[in-house]
Amino acid sequence: MKVKYFAWVRERIGKSEETVEPPASVRTVDDLIAWLAGQGETYAHAFETPRVIRAAIDHAHVKSDTAIAGAREIAFFPPMTGG
Amino acid sequence: MAAHVTIRIQEADFDIGREIAALTQGRTDIGAIVTFSGICRGSEGDEAIAALTLEHYPGMAEAEIARHTETAMSRWPLTGVTVIHRVGRITPGENIVLVLAASAHRQAAFQAAEFLMDYLKANAPFWKREEKPTGTSWVDAHSHDDAAAARWTKS
Repeated sequence: MKVKYFAWVRERIGKSEETVEPPASVRTVDDLIAWLAGQGETYAHAFETPRVIRAAIDHAHVKSDTAIAGAREIAFFPPMTGG
Repeated sequence: MAAHVTIRIQEADFDIGREIAALTQGRTDIGAIVTFSGICRGSEGDEAIAALTLEHYPGMAEAEIARHTETAMSRWPLTGVTVIHRVGRITPGENIVLVLAASAHRQAAFQAAEFLMDYLKANAPFWKREEKPTGTSWVDAHSHDDAAAARWTKS
């Protein structure tokens, strides 16, 4: 699946998007955050406070316990500050 | 007559008068247009701000604004809605965002414009980075923005 990062999540990881293949045990958004956080120092820094990270699946906001099965694109970002 | 909906995300500035004219062109069923424009401030508290840089999530930002616009149209009898949000580097005094809500009567237009701005601030995927004399930093989200959006879900 494709994963996208925005704002300081993107800056900390050092890339705006990538394709990842997590193991089958990674079932929810929370699981994916925990798995990504183990992918290196930059990821650990980006996801060090999981409760502030917002997620979207296929362009719609989702809660962290949402299943990721079937997702084409998952995005992680900080709380929004537009307007 | 169908409601006129315009949603744009762009780097360029917008002309409020031109956007109002586009919304009212050829129609005589509009009695009220409420305009909200958000403008870049030159300071935050005691600190000067040289510029803001706005990042967005292309595709989702448009989809999220469209969802809120549909919700507004189902709640109020609107004849038109325009939402324009700028991205990129914006300096103090420049426009950031425009919401126009048109209706036959003022109450629906006032309420829909406020609803759209509250939802946009809390839910549309945009992020501001501030340039200050001390360096640049991402703007923190305010819990009062979430509270402002949440009050519209109370009955």
